[in-house]
Formats: sequence, structure tokens, C-alpha cells
Amino acid sequence: MKITVAGVVKEVKDNITISELIAQENVETPEYVTVSVNDEFAKSADFETQQLKDGDNVEFLYFMGGGQ
Amino acid sequence: MVKLSQTDYEKMVAHAESELPDEACGLIAGRIDGDDKIIEKVYLLTNIDHSNEHFSLDPKEQLAAVKDMRANGLKPLGNWHSHPESPSRPSEEDKRLAYDSSASYLILSLMDRENPVLNSFHIEGDVSEKEEFYVG
Repeated sequence: MKITVAGVVKEVKDNITISELIAQENVETPEYVTVSVNDEFAKSADFETQQLKDGDNVEFLYFMGGGQ
Repeated sequence: MVKLSQTDYEKMVAHAESELPDEACGLIAGRIDGDDKIIEKVYLLTNIDHSNEHFSLDPKEQLAAVKDMRANGLKPLGNWHSHPESPSRPSEEDKRLAYDSSASYLILSLMDRENPVLNSFHIEGDVSEKEEFYVG
């Protein structure tokens, strides 16, 4: 199936989970990554089980924060 | 060298002042020309911590900004935040949460309200270095 990852259309295996996609995309420091699927933010607790569908639009967003 | 227009600098300062006493934050985007990072757009985002000591970017606004960068052919260059009451240098927390060594981290100090100080830093691990920075 095809999904869009960070604006790029990619062929991935059917029913790939978010965790599998994170590994496949070699996402660095995944503990700091928020994932949106079709503009909805996925819960990190669901990464292992949430499957993606053909045509999904996925974005990886890195947490950005700090303090003085 | 990291380059920022005077207009975007003033936009950043105005936003940071409007957010006092809290820290203000956002993203920077633009293009890379050789060794230069040219900031072409400054994004003003909500600090969801609403704190004068911490900041976290609003993920929804961050997502919108990332899409805007892509739509406009801009490259993400890093982020910026203000220090309302401390100097323009990365705190230990800033360094701990700066996981992207390719990014520039701009810190705007409003410690002296009449004389804001903005610097850009390269952060890798717990080491930060001031980058060459030009506003104009």
C-alpha cells in the first residue's frame, strides 16, 4: 500500500504499525517524536498496535522545548 | 553564518515581549547557502507550558508550520525561544532537549528589556557553541 510520510509518497507493507514505520524510516530519538496520522495525533501508547491504511498521511514531529 | 532579517528580528522581539512574563517560542525556516543558513520565515508558536521558565511548542501549530514550510519550499532550520529573565545562552534543559545537532537554536534574552540580546547556538550533547549570527 502507499502512504505519505513527511510529504513523500512511499510504498509500505499492508497494515504497517506506527512503530514499524518509525523503525523503517530510521527515525532518530523516537522517544521525542510525536506522530500525526491524517492530522490526528497518535498516542505513543498505541504506536505498537495502531495500523496505517492505504492513503494515510503521516508526519513525524520532534518535541521541541527547553527552559531558562 | 546564520542570517536573520531586521523585520523578522523585530517580529520575534515583539512577540516575546507580548508573551511576558512567559517564555515565547517558535520555529525558523529558510534555505542553506553554502555555510550560511538564511532564515526566511520566523514562526511564532504558542508555548503550551505558559511558563516563564520552560517552553514546549504547541504540536498542532508545529504541524501547521512544517506543512507551511514544505508548501513554500523552506527548509526547517531550527527553533527559537526567549529567556525573560536570564542571558542569551542555552540552559542545561535547553541542551538536554536539543537533540538535533543540525539545527540552530536561537535564544532571545529580554533580561535587559531595553536591549534584547539574540544569539544562535549549535548544540551537540551537552556542548553548545555560539554561531556566527547576523541581523540586518
